[in-house]
Amino acid sequence: MTQDEILRQVQEVIREELDSDSVVVTAETIADDVEDWDSISNIQIIIGIEKKFGIKFTAMQVNSFKNVGEICTCIQSAKA
Amino acid sequence: MNFTQLKKNIKKDFSAFKATKIAILGDTPTQLLHIALRGYGFEAQLNFDIYEAGFQQAEREILDSASQLYHSKPDFAIIFFAAEELQKKFARLPLSEKQHFAKNQLSYYETLITAYSQYSGSSIIFLNFCMLPDGVYGNFANKTPFSFSWQLRAINAGIMQLAQRHNNLFVVDTDALQTTFGFNNRLNQTVYVNTGIVTEPDFLVGLVKSITQVIQAIQGRFNKCIIVDLDNTMWGGIIGDDGINNIQVGSFGIGKVFTDLQLWVKQLKERGIIIAVCSKNDEAVVKEVFEQHPEMELRMDDIAIFAVNWDNKADNIRYIQKVLNIGFDSMVFVDDNPFERNLVRRELPAVTVPELPEDPAGYLNYLQHLNLFETATFTAEDMKRNEQYKKEAERVRAKEIFTNEDDYLASLNMKVKIGRFNSFNKPRIAQLSQRSNQFNLRTVRYNEKDVEHIAGSDNYMAFDFSLVDKFGDYGLISMVVLKKQQNVFFIENWLMSCRVLKRGMENFVLNSLVQQAIAQGAIELVGEYLPTAKNGMVKNFYHSLGFKEMADGKWQLNLDNFTPLKTFINGSV
Repeated sequence: MTQDEILRQVQEVIREELDSDSVVVTAETIADDVEDWDSISNIQIIIGIEKKFGIKFTAMQVNSFKNVGEICTCIQSAKA
Repeated sequence: MNFTQLKKNIKKDFSAFKATKIAILGDTPTQLLHIALRGYGFEAQLNFDIYEAGFQQAEREILDSASQLYHSKPDFAIIFFAAEELQKKFARLPLSEKQHFAKNQLSYYETLITAYSQYSGSSIIFLNFCMLPDGVYGNFANKTPFSFSWQLRAINAGIMQLAQRHNNLFVVDTDALQTTFGFNNRLNQTVYVNTGIVTEPDFLVGLVKSITQVIQAIQGRFNKCIIVDLDNTMWGGIIGDDGINNIQVGSFGIGKVFTDLQLWVKQLKERGIIIAVCSKNDEAVVKEVFEQHPEMELRMDDIAIFAVNWDNKADNIRYIQKVLNIGFDSMVFVDDNPFERNLVRRELPAVTVPELPEDPAGYLNYLQHLNLFETATFTAEDMKRNEQYKKEAERVRAKEIFTNEDDYLASLNMKVKIGRFNSFNKPRIAQLSQRSNQFNLRTVRYNEKDVEHIAGSDNYMAFDFSLVDKFGDYGLISMVVLKKQQNVFFIENWLMSCRVLKRGMENFVLNSLVQQAIAQGAIELVGEYLPTAKNGMVKNFYHSLGFKEMADGKWQLNLDNFTPLKTFINGSV
């Protein structure tokens, strides 16, 4: 799976969980940039991504994500 | 249904739904629970107005009578303490104190419950603890009170006993839900570590459903009757084709499946659910099975009403509804045939129609997990209910013999016992107040605490009525609460069980009220009708009894020139 494809699918999860089709994310996007992406939505988004890609993040990884790009990198290495 | 869908519900319009105030009191973050509950309210048509106690403030707020919690005036308080928090506390205790952990926790919970009851008086819903194996003693944990498993199980058992002692305490079985969903679907370690939240979002869907079912039961919305099909539902095979010797029940074929299902239905009957049969068959052929088949668990006595014929099932359910006089929305219809299920769903959308799995082996488990028969009370009345409705069906038949209504009523030999609210009949009064929806003038629900308050207050006069006739004992069937406003007595509520409609009971009750009110110095009774979706039958009630409508829509009756109404009931105090 390419970086772009992962980013596209991550964006899909975020849109679904935040119930907003207008959200656009890039590798540099952080939670504060996106309306409604608070600590509660974050739980939904993380679990939603885990389900979508069939992977499991470690607690440490979730704790250290700085931006969407880091989530994507983590997905890519888990799928490799 | 998943959490994301519940969260989306929050944006929808709740304005038409009944407002219900909830307080959530937790010792871990409860925002997800808040969202899920609010969202599920949309599915249940309840507008939950939720107050969440501040982080780690729950216990202080309960104990402080001036806290925000009590300012929010909750109708229900949900107490959600996490087993994970208990485990930490337990772990830090010196070994010698570990064996007293449950006892100390329970006495602390009782302190909280007592404080809440004193400062609020509304209902508490306590979520019990999920089992949390800790691997410290292995299976030996079940053999020593020093283990966490031992103490945690003792706490859950103790909470049940607390609930038995405190009328306003109800328990949601979170642990049973964990058993259904699985431990790893209840607790997401990643989420827990990063946020302290002990419930996976999708687990909350099941949890808030359970909580809502308990709330609805307390509010008087619950199922009262199960209507079952027979062929391939209560036994395997088709009685008309296969004959009594070849249907599968008991040891024959996959009969075990149906035997287990019958045993379950029989237990529902024991606890007060009315059992009705609706089947396309010849009545005589069907009854022979209930009477003769050696391996049937359900017998003639268990069934309150048979609707066995070749008419369509929606019409038969309408007939059952007419005889029982309960709402369609309190009926569950179980049938293996998708055609019949869809017909009933289309014709009678209020009836609950479970979509059974294809394989009969899965019926029972499926029905059990739907939790269709939540309740908020269980009294001696419940155990007799099926029998009472069976008698009612006989009465309907007896009535057909008399052409003159008065002759029929006189033949019933009705006797009514008039009582005052007291501690003995308190649970029954509260239950009647919660169950009655149709013949209910103002739909004021009284819980046991309210009944106690009314019984002890000089501002109230309250009566209950129990009826016996030649067919049997109906128990407590009507109640009236009068609120004294000097010499005008306001009828705060008047309600009656629909089982005893059309017997002149209301005439008898009014005669008694007038007599008692005059003795207490009243010159006037004032009544009011508050419409709900279900009480249309009493819209013109006060008019029919001779009350005069006042400018504000209430109804007034002068007592000085009152002529007692015709009745065929003999009363006693």
